[in-house]
Amino acid sequence: MQLDEFFVTGEPLIYGGMVSIALVTIAILFILTYFKKWGWLWREWLTTVDHKKIGVMYILSALAMLFRGGVDAMMMRVQLAFPNMNFLNAQHYDEIFTTHGTVMIIFMAMPFLIGLMNIIVPLQIGARDFAFPYLNALSFWSFLFGAMLFNISFVIGGSPDAGWTSYTPLAGAAMSPGPGQNFYLMGLQLSGIGTLATGINLMVTILKMRAPKMKMFQMPIFTWSTLITSFIIVFAFPILTVALALMTLDRIFGAQFFTLTGEGMPMMWANLFWMWGHPEVYIVILPAFGIFSEVICTFARKQLFGYKAMVWAIILIAGLSFLVWVHHFFTMGAGAFVNSVFSISTMLIAVPTGVKIFNWLGTLYKSKIKNTVAMMWALAFIPSFVIGGVTGVMLGMASADYQFHNTYFLVAHFHYVLIAGTVFACFSGLVFWYPKMFGHKLNERIGKWSFWFFVIGFHVCFFPQYFVGLDGMPRRVFTIIPEWMPLNIISTIGAFGMGAGFAIFVFCILYSYRYSEREKSGDSWGDGRTLEWATPTPVPFYNFATLPEIDSQDAYVKLKEEGRTTFEEDKLEPIHMPNNTGQPIIMMGFLFFASFGLVFEWMWMAIAFLIAGLIMMVVRSFDYDEGYHVEVDEIKRIERSARGL
Amino acid sequence: MTDHNKRIPTQHVIGFALSIALTLLAAWTALGSNLSTMWIISSIMILAVIQAGIQLFMFMHVVESDSHNGHVPWNMMFHGAVLAAILVAGSLFVMSFGFTHDHDGENHEQHEQQDSGDHSDMDMEGDGEHEGH
Repeated sequence: MQLDEFFVTGEPLIYGGMVSIALVTIAILFILTYFKKWGWLWREWLTTVDHKKIGVMYILSALAMLFRGGVDAMMMRVQLAFPNMNFLNAQHYDEIFTTHGTVMIIFMAMPFLIGLMNIIVPLQIGARDFAFPYLNALSFWSFLFGAMLFNISFVIGGSPDAGWTSYTPLAGAAMSPGPGQNFYLMGLQLSGIGTLATGINLMVTILKMRAPKMKMFQMPIFTWSTLITSFIIVFAFPILTVALALMTLDRIFGAQFFTLTGEGMPMMWANLFWMWGHPEVYIVILPAFGIFSEVICTFARKQLFGYKAMVWAIILIAGLSFLVWVHHFFTMGAGAFVNSVFSISTMLIAVPTGVKIFNWLGTLYKSKIKNTVAMMWALAFIPSFVIGGVTGVMLGMASADYQFHNTYFLVAHFHYVLIAGTVFACFSGLVFWYPKMFGHKLNERIGKWSFWFFVIGFHVCFFPQYFVGLDGMPRRVFTIIPEWMPLNIISTIGAFGMGAGFAIFVFCILYSYRYSEREKSGDSWGDGRTLEWATPTPVPFYNFATLPEIDSQDAYVKLKEEGRTTFEEDKLEPIHMPNNTGQPIIMMGFLFFASFGLVFEWMWMAIAFLIAGLIMMVVRSFDYDEGYHVEVDEIKRIERSARGL
Repeated sequence: MTDHNKRIPTQHVIGFALSIALTLLAAWTALGSNLSTMWIISSIMILAVIQAGIQLFMFMHVVESDSHNGHVPWNMMFHGAVLAAILVAGSLFVMSFGFTHDHDGENHEQHEQQDSGDHSDMDMEGDGEHEGH
C-alpha cells in the first residue's frame, strides 16, 4: 500500500484536520514532558481503577467527542445553507453525516452518561467502588481506543460513508470497498466490549453493594434508571456484537450473510441492527430521565412525586424497548400485519413515558423552585421532549410513516428526543454534580448564557426541520432545491447558536476552574437528598469512612434530620481497596492495534496483536492481586481534614 | 480473599479449552466438512447446546446454589431465553415477506427450502428460473 493510499489526500479540510491533530499532539507531548507530568499521568490516571477518576475521563472524552460531532454537524449545516458553494462534495458529505451520527450516539451520548453513572452511582448507594474495579478500567480503555480508532478514519484510510446505521448492501464489500466501513465495524466492536462489561459491572454493583439495609425501592431514581439501563445493555449489546461480527466476516473474510449474491440477506442487517438499535435509544434516554428526576426533586425541594410509578414506568419502557424495532423500517415491505403489530407496540411506549412526564410535573407542582442552571436544563427538557415524543407517535403510525420516512421530519424528531433528552441531561447532570467531582461549582451566570444560547439555538435549528421534512426534503442529501432554502438557512443559524452555547459552556468550565469558590461542605446545593451529598468534597478515594444504615427513600434527608454522617469515628474499620493497574490500558492498546490491522486487512498485524491481547488475558486470569487496606488512623486523618473537624 | 483462591482454576481452564475446541469444531463443520446443509445445521445446533451447557456449569454458577449468598440465576436465564425467543421468532415474523435471492434471474444457486417452501406473494420476475434447478 502506498502512502497516499494510507492517508486521505486531496481535501483541504482534511489537510487542515491533519495539521491540527499533529499540532495538538505535539503540544500535549511537549506540555507533559516540559512539566514532567508523565509519571503523574501514568500513576494517577492511566492506571487508575477509581470509579470517580474513570468517570471524569469518560466525561472529558465525551466532551471532546461532542466537539467533534458538533463540528461535523456545523459543516453539514454550512453545506445545506450554501449548497452552491461546493463546501463539501457528495462523498465528503456522506462521510460527515455518517461520522456525526456514530460519534454522537456511540462515543458521546453513551460515554457521557456512563461517566456520570461511574461517578455517581456508587456514591448514591453507599459503595466504595464498582464491584469489579479492574473491569471498569478495562471498559473505559476499550471505549477510548474504540473511539480513537473510529476517529482516525478521517485522516487515515477514509471515513465510513454508509450512514450510522451502516445498511447493507451499501455497506458491504461490493459497494463500499476500502477500509472506511471496516473502521465503523472495528471501532464499534472494540468499544462495545467496554459497554457490555460496564453493563454487567453496574448491575452487580447495584444489586450487591448497596449500603446496609438499603432496599431496592429505597434506591435513588438515577440508580434505578442505571440498573434498568444495565439490563438493557446486557441484553441488547450482544446482538450488535454478533451483527458486527457477521458483517466483518462478510467484508474481510468473504462470507455472504448480508450480501446480494450467494444467498445473503441484506435486510437481515437492518433487522439485527435495530434489534440492538432500538434498545440503544433507551440506553441513552433512561439515564437521562434519571438525571432529570434527581435534579427536579432536588431543586423543587420535594420528594419525587410517584416514585414507584416512576420505577415501574422505567421497567415497562425497558421491556417494551425490545418489542418495537420494526418501526425503524416500516417501509421495508414486511406487510401490513407485521407493521400494525409494531405500530401498536410503539405507541404503547408513549404510555409509561407520559406517566413520567406527569411525575415530573407533579413534583414541580406547588414547589418552591430554585432556578439554578441544572434546573433550567431540566425544565427546558420537559416541553422540548414532549414535542419530540408527540412527533415520535406520529412516526409510529405505520401508514403515516410512509410519508415521513427518510425525510427531515424524522431527523427533527430524533434530534428533539436525543438532544432535549440526552444532551440536556448531560449538561444538567454535569452542572449538578460538578461540585462533587471537581470541588467547585460552575459559574451560574455564564452557565445561564450557555443554556439560553444552546436551547434557543436548538429550537431554531430543529423546529424548521419538521416543516422542511413535511415539504419532502429527504435526509442525507448534500444539496437542496430552492423551495427548501429559507428553512435550511434558519436551521443553520440555530446550529451556530448551539455551537456558541457549547463554546460558552467550555469557557464556563475554564473560568470556574480559575475563579469559582472552592466547596467547603459536601452538600454543595444545600438541598441534597441522596447519599452522594453525604460525602465530603472532594470525595475521599474510599468514598465512605463508615456506611450508614438506610431505612428511607431520600437517605441523606433522613441523615441530616438525625444529625448523622458517613464518618462515625467509633465504627471505623480498615477499608479494603483495589490496587491500581496498568494492565487494562495495555490489553486494550493491543486490541486497538489488532483492530487496526483488521481494518486494513493486514492479517499479520491483527493476529500478532490478538495473541498479545490473549496473553494479557491469561496474565489477568492468574493475577492474584488482592488490593490493600486503608488503616483506621489514615481514614481519621483524611476525614478530619476533609470535614474541617 | 483467602488462600484457597490461590490455585489454578482447573474448571475454568477446562471450560475455556472445551469452548474453544467446540467453536473450532463448529467452524470446521460449516466450512470444511462435506455434510449436507441439513446435517451441518443440526450438528452446529447440537454443538451450540453443549457449549451453552459448558458455559452454564463451568462459568455461570449454576452449580453454586449452596455457596455463600449465592443462588441459581434462574431469573437471568429466563430473561435470556425470552430475549432469544424474541430474536428468533421476531426475525422470522418480520423477515418472512417473500424475499428471495432470485430477483435478477442471474442467481441460479437456490436451496431446498425455496423450492418446496412458499415463494408466492412478493416473488419477482425470475420466479420460473429456479424451478428447474
